[in-house]
Amino acid sequence: MEYFLQLFFSGLSKGSVYALIALGYTMVYGIIELINFAHGEIYMIGAFTGLIVAGLLTALGWPVLAILAIAIVVAMFYSGAYGYTVEKIAYKPLRNAPRLAPLISAIGMSIFLQNYVMLAQTPDFLPFPNLVPDFAFMQPFKSFLGTSDLFIIVASIVVMAALNLFIKFTRMGKAMRATAQNRKMALLVGVNVDHVISMTFIIGSSLAAVGGVLIASHMGQINFYIGFIAGLKAFTAAVLGGIGSIPGAMLGGLVLGWTESFATGYVSSDYEDVFAFLLLVLILIFRPAGLLGKQRAQKV
Amino acid sequence: MLELKNIDTYYGNIQALRDVNITVREGEIITLIGANGAGKTTTLMTICGVVPARNGEVLFQGKPITRLSADKIVRMGICQVPEGRLIFPDLTVRENLDMGAFLRDDKSGVDSDLEQVFTLFPILKERRRQLGGTLSGGEQQMLAISRALMARPKVLLLDEPSLGLAPLIIRQIFDIIKQINRESNTTIFLVEQNANQALKVANRGYVMENGRITLEDACDKLLANDAVKKAYLGL
Repeated sequence: MEYFLQLFFSGLSKGSVYALIALGYTMVYGIIELINFAHGEIYMIGAFTGLIVAGLLTALGWPVLAILAIAIVVAMFYSGAYGYTVEKIAYKPLRNAPRLAPLISAIGMSIFLQNYVMLAQTPDFLPFPNLVPDFAFMQPFKSFLGTSDLFIIVASIVVMAALNLFIKFTRMGKAMRATAQNRKMALLVGVNVDHVISMTFIIGSSLAAVGGVLIASHMGQINFYIGFIAGLKAFTAAVLGGIGSIPGAMLGGLVLGWTESFATGYVSSDYEDVFAFLLLVLILIFRPAGLLGKQRAQKV
Repeated sequence: MLELKNIDTYYGNIQALRDVNITVREGEIITLIGANGAGKTTTLMTICGVVPARNGEVLFQGKPITRLSADKIVRMGICQVPEGRLIFPDLTVRENLDMGAFLRDDKSGVDSDLEQVFTLFPILKERRRQLGGTLSGGEQQMLAISRALMARPKVLLLDEPSLGLAPLIIRQIFDIIKQINRESNTTIFLVEQNANQALKVANRGYVMENGRITLEDACDKLLANDAVKKAYLGL
C-alpha cells in the first residue's frame, strides 16, 4: 500500500508539472491553432532563470523558501517575456500564411533557443539547489510523499485555480474565450485580438516557468535539453486531454504522470515512455479528440 | 454619416470590390442587395476594418476610418451582425451579450441596455444561462442582433439576418429592425439576398453585381424597376 501511495504521489507531482506545461500548448492552440514547439524551451529558460536567481540569492544567504518564491516569480516574468517575443518574431508575421509555415517557424525557434542556451550557458548538466526544505510536519508521510512532491502538487493546484478564475471572470479571460471560439466575431465586438494572443503566450510561458523551477529543484540538475523531452511529454498530455481544452490539459497531464509512475513502479523504468505513448495511441484510437476534447461536427 | 468613396478591396490578388460608392445618412435604413458572391459581405467587412480597402476611403461622421483597426471602429459606434450570426457557442447567452458591450465602461448604461434587449426579445431572458450554441437559428439571430445593440451602435450593419430562418421569424426580425431604427434612431445598413423583404423595409437601396454598384435609388422605385424585378424579385 505504501508503495502504491508512493507511486501515486510521484505520478501526481510529475503529472502536475506536465499539466502546467501542457496548458501553454493548449491555450495557444485554442486561440491560433498553432502547436508552439518552442514552448518546451520556454520552460527550460524558466528553469535556467530560476537557477541564476537561486545561485545569486543563496550567495547572499537568503532563506530557501524566499529564494524559491523569488526564483519562481522572476522566472515567470522572464519566460513570459520570452514567450511574448517569440510570438512577435516567429509567429505574428506568419499569421495569414498557410498553416505549415508557422509550424516550421516554431520548430526553428525551438532549435534556436536550445542552441542559444547551450552556447550562452554550458552543454553540461548544472546542479540545481534543492529549494524546498524538509518540513518537520511531513515526517510521518515521508515514506511515500516527499516535501518537494507535496510542494509541486500544491503550487500547481494554486496556479491552475488562479488561471481558471482568470479565464472565467476577468475581462481579458472572457476575451480569450471569445477569441478561441470565433476570432472574427471577437474582432467585430471590438476585442483587440493581437493583445489577446500576446497575453495567451505570456500566461502560457509563465505557467511553464513555474513548472520549470519546481521540477529543477526537485530533480537537482538541468541542462539546455530538458525542454525538449518535457515539451514533448506535455504536448502529449495536451493531446491526450484534448488540445484546446484547458481542463483537458490538466487531466491529460495527470493521466500521463500516473501512467509513467505506475509503469515505472510495477513494470520497469525502461518502459516508462513506452507506456506513456501507448496510452496516447490508445486514447487517440478510441477518442480521437482527446479525453475532454470536443468532437466538432464539420459544417459543409 | 457613413460614406464609402471609390473603394477597391482585394483578397490577395483577387479584387472583390470595384470602385464602390455608398452614402448612408443619419437615421435612415439602406439596403444592399445582390446575388451570392457579389461582394456584399466584403463591403461590410471593409467598413468594419476586418478586410481593409486597398484604395478609396471610408468616412464616418466626416472622419476617415479606412485604416483603423477593427476595435477602434467598433469603439466609434459601428457594429455588425455578421452573416451566419457567429454566436460564441460555448459562452452563455448572458456572456454573449456581455461580449457585445466589451468596450463599454458605463456599467449602469450596460445594465439598462440589457433590460431593453430582454424586453425586445423576452426569449433571451429566459435562456440567459444557456450556452449560445444550444439556441435555435431564430434565437441565435435575435442574440446576434442583441449582442450588437449592447454596444449601443450609431450605425448597425446587418448581414443577411433572414438567412436560413422560417418566414414567420423573418417577419419578426424585420419588424424588430424597423423598431430599432424608429425608437433609438439607429442608422441601419442592411445587406440581403431576400431583396423583396429588404426593399420593403429600407428607404434607399443599392444593387451590387460582381463587386460593383450597378443601381441606386429609393426602394419604391427599385421595387418597380424592371431589371430589379427580373433579376432579384423573380417577377
